[in-house]
Amino acid sequence: MLNALIFTILATIKICIVVGILLMIIAYLIWVERKVMAHMQVRLGPMRVGWHGLLQPIADGLKLIFKEDIIPAQASKVIFVLAPVIAVVPALLSIAVIPFGDTISIAGISIDMVITDVNIGILFILAVTSVGVYGIILGGWSSNNKYSLLGALRSAAQMISYELSLGLSLIGVIMISQSLSLVDIVNSQAKCWFIILQPIGFLIYAISAIAETNRCPFDLPEAETELVAGFHTEYSSMKFALFFMAEYANIITVSAVGVTFFFGGWRGPFLPPVVWFLIKMALCIFFFIWLRSTFPRFRYDQLMKFGWKILFPVALANILITGLVMALL
Amino acid sequence: MLEALLFLIISLITIVCALCVVFQKNPIYSAIFLIQTMVSLAVLYILLHAQFIAAIQVMVYAGAIMVLFIFVIMLLNLSKADIEGERDNLLFQKSSAIILGFILVVMIGVVSVKTVFQGVKGEYTPESISQIGNTQLVGKLLFTKFVFPFEIASILLFAAIIGAIVLAKKKIIEDEKA
Repeated sequence: MLNALIFTILATIKICIVVGILLMIIAYLIWVERKVMAHMQVRLGPMRVGWHGLLQPIADGLKLIFKEDIIPAQASKVIFVLAPVIAVVPALLSIAVIPFGDTISIAGISIDMVITDVNIGILFILAVTSVGVYGIILGGWSSNNKYSLLGALRSAAQMISYELSLGLSLIGVIMISQSLSLVDIVNSQAKCWFIILQPIGFLIYAISAIAETNRCPFDLPEAETELVAGFHTEYSSMKFALFFMAEYANIITVSAVGVTFFFGGWRGPFLPPVVWFLIKMALCIFFFIWLRSTFPRFRYDQLMKFGWKILFPVALANILITGLVMALL
Repeated sequence: MLEALLFLIISLITIVCALCVVFQKNPIYSAIFLIQTMVSLAVLYILLHAQFIAAIQVMVYAGAIMVLFIFVIMLLNLSKADIEGERDNLLFQKSSAIILGFILVVMIGVVSVKTVFQGVKGEYTPESISQIGNTQLVGKLLFTKFVFPFEIASILLFAAIIGAIVLAKKKIIEDEKA
């Protein structure tokens, strides 16, 4: 009974800390993205609010809370309100199984630096994020707007197509580490990062992760030139902010999974594990922003052709080769 | 205690959502309730210590198949008249549904009287599964004991994919001729 009580209290504390930090990172990620992109394009970015615009996310958040919340007259109201919630909750949930460090002990109680280590680890993340697509589809449909609907349909097709290659690209790593649990996967990278053993798997993961998060160069669901703002055209105030939060939470999730699967997770010399994890994740996120300010957008038929005719077969071949090598060695 | 309470709540949600699927007029709402039914079924699997099946349930049914359902319903673009318009009698469907439903209830009843209520336990109880590891057990059984049905299912799905391509191609060729 006492053990169960301690476990519950610890889990609650861990959840509060992780979700709190996650929300902070999301808020400042928007600032980082604007700053980095501005400097890449020889601009300064936000400068007015606070030192180098450091208080900009808080100002933006307050502004969005106080804005009028408009629901279109012909929209189906319940789903219109529900859609941003469906988008944001899975995005935040999937951080639950990602390990941030080794087991530490404080006052005789050993604490795992992960909210929960379930034995289906990566399947949990894939399952939860696959529900996130409904936020976009239902949001687009319930707005009763042609641009929204087209954006939603596009993104649904895109996310389903690239989800396959995303899942398949991780199977090589799972085959080597013989476990679905993310803690075990990090532990089996003690000697060698999986990016060295699975370079093709990593490439496929990187590409399909960008497509899954609807980021440039795969940001077709919100292509301004064709679709105004895509699925969130009709959304305003805090509901719009929730969609925004979901996008950045998804970026953080795919970066964290990428770090865990291919870059040794929290492993690294000298610095504490959590710091290593954050550094690696920050580099991944920087890569996302770098891509956005470098590449133009794909065309839709190119995107579909690339996903099904190149990425998917290569991912399957990668699994086959990994299996062959493992059987022969 | 907690598990029993969770089971009660989740199974109640499942049943209510399943009923809503049938009684909603708008097909989109039906589809949304069907998604909720799938997700609550996944929770029931977790209560049975079948985490792997639960994850696959959400991934495949809620994450992929239902997206396609919703996709199709949205593309059909049903107007209000289509949804609420004149009602067909559907005499054949209604009568056969009642008969088939009755048969299903009898079958479930017979099976549960024979096993569940007599306390007959199968080979794979939750305790034994959690010892070996859920995913490993499912994988091992699929490729040894149940390999024949597994391969048959894959051939069936393959045939269905080819059938879909043939049907889609036929339309394009006809369009080109015209």
